[in-house]
Amino acid sequence: MTEFLHPTVLFLIGAVLIPVLNGLLRKIWLLLVPVLAIISVATATPGDYGSLRFLGQEILIARVDKLSLVFATVFTIMSLIGMIYALHLKRGDQHVAAFAYVGSALGVVFAGDYLTLFLFWEGMAFASAYLIFAKRDQAAARAGFRYLMVHLTGGVALLAGIVIYGAANGSVLFGPVEGAMGVATYLILAAFMLNAAVPPLNAWLTDAYPEATVTGAVFMSAFTTKTAVYVLARAFPGTELLVWLGTAMAIYGVIYAVLENDCRRLLAYHIVSQVGYMVAGVGIGTEMAVNGAASHAFAHILYKALLFMGAGAVIYVTGRRKLTELGGLYRTMPLTVALYMIGAFAISAFPFFSGFVSKSMVVAAAGYDHRAWVMLLLTLASSGTFLHTGLKLPYYMFFAKDSGLRPPEPPRNMLIAMSIAAALCIGIGVYPAPLYALLPHEVDFVPYTAQHVTESLGILMFTALGFVLFLKSLDPEKTISLDTDWVYRKGARAFMWVADVPVARFEQAVSRFSETVGLRFLHRSANASLRADLGGVDAVVNGVASTILQGGRRLRRVQTGIVSQYAVAMVAGVVAAIAVYAVVWQ
Amino acid sequence: MIARVVNFFGDPKYAKPRRLLFYAVLVLIVVADFLAPRVHTEYLWERLPGWSALYGFGACVLIIFVSKFLGHQGKLMRREDYYD
Repeated sequence: MTEFLHPTVLFLIGAVLIPVLNGLLRKIWLLLVPVLAIISVATATPGDYGSLRFLGQEILIARVDKLSLVFATVFTIMSLIGMIYALHLKRGDQHVAAFAYVGSALGVVFAGDYLTLFLFWEGMAFASAYLIFAKRDQAAARAGFRYLMVHLTGGVALLAGIVIYGAANGSVLFGPVEGAMGVATYLILAAFMLNAAVPPLNAWLTDAYPEATVTGAVFMSAFTTKTAVYVLARAFPGTELLVWLGTAMAIYGVIYAVLENDCRRLLAYHIVSQVGYMVAGVGIGTEMAVNGAASHAFAHILYKALLFMGAGAVIYVTGRRKLTELGGLYRTMPLTVALYMIGAFAISAFPFFSGFVSKSMVVAAAGYDHRAWVMLLLTLASSGTFLHTGLKLPYYMFFAKDSGLRPPEPPRNMLIAMSIAAALCIGIGVYPAPLYALLPHEVDFVPYTAQHVTESLGILMFTALGFVLFLKSLDPEKTISLDTDWVYRKGARAFMWVADVPVARFEQAVSRFSETVGLRFLHRSANASLRADLGGVDAVVNGVASTILQGGRRLRRVQTGIVSQYAVAMVAGVVAAIAVYAVVWQ
Repeated sequence: MIARVVNFFGDPKYAKPRRLLFYAVLVLIVVADFLAPRVHTEYLWERLPGWSALYGFGACVLIIFVSKFLGHQGKLMRREDYYD
């Protein structure tokens, strides 16, 4: 082979083989594939791979450079952690979906042209939606459907943008957007922002993630928004709009987190908030800011997964997800508490935890770029981050009032996965040099100065003081919060009303007409044909009809049946497509 | 070991030492902030020792009350069966 084995190939082959493996062999396979992917990314030589012409367009399957490698590195590490966390699952369906999801995300990260990017972009949407449906309850099915609809809409916008862009520029190669922004670039930007959950296009995330399975949400927290950050960093660095949207996002997530009662929805709002830092970093667009965005994405994936794993572990052992129904779990789950808190310190950017060396780079880049307001607002948001993820959520989940629950620690594989993520959160915080070496630009930033340490601790610990003093005001309430998904959740109802009332009336009028005029004609002609029909024709027709009926029954079983079979079929399709590519460019 | 540390933060019988430890940490941080050398100061607030403590506390209070105001008065918070 050449100097680069595309990790997407590994994951897709991995996904196809999962259903045929069983027991221990399957578990080994589930871990082996991510390990091989980590190696393939670590040993990748920068360059362009898989360049070919397709439909008259220049296609570039993989562009390997520093920006794509930093995201691919953390994606593959995360896939290993996520797989360990999900190792106890008996059924293979979610593993297949997770592999297809990770593979697609890596496909996007390496995509050198918009068509390849679009293919994997859609693959991500379908594979991740399965992780919601797999929870198999009505709320999940509904949320999953909304999730899919929103992402497909975004996909259509992206495709439209790509087509217009390609027609205007004569090339669909994926790179920094040049020249003035037009319809095409705005469509592409909107689709990217939708996946990055930039308000008002954020509600799909906080709507769907808490409805996903315990293990599925861990994967989801890592990939979709961060591939969006990657494509924004690739195509739109220095776009002023993103600075302000990113800053607004950082605060938007924090405000909603105050109101939230569902533990994973609270964490999901903090994804919105944290991705805000990355979007703002991309918008600022200086070398330091893009470095900050990339390193923060790296750190974020690990600590956010750790937090989702902690909350997921609690849901797994208690079956409850609302803060009002939890509390006092510290007695029997001390390890989960400790591991969760490491993630909480990392997201809050405590010194010696990963957020400290990455988030502060974005904030400092805003400072160097003379954006005092951005700097102040992002600092305000980090106070809010600690307030919710580090204080409110653990306090009401693990401490506070005794809910009477005495659940055991989660299964060992979950604890191991959380420990690996926790070790990385601390490792990056204590010794950031390896992470800095991965970043796309030379790093000229020293996180550990006395001033920066005392300043950060001041912000964080006095946030804690505010928490202690106003604890009563923070008590979670049994409510849900209205977000922009209101538009389509209530809007869908309006649409259904239109379908029910005016359209149904029209339909009634039409059928009345056909009953009076049409039916009489039909009766007469039917009688005529009945006479002609009596005889040998009947037997043949009956035979055909019963065959069709049986076939239909069989088809229906395939259709309504098991979604995992769809997933397998989809994966098989993608693999076949890649195989065709591979043959063509040989 | 981990269980004991976690227990210290949870068990009501350690409430007093917990509070003392917390206030001691707060004082230490402010003192350290006064002593920390200030090398790169572009903005006014970076030259003010203790600024971060004030800003952190202010930010926290602001976030709590603005959000709750929006939730209750702004009608963002609804009953759980709102969409059903």
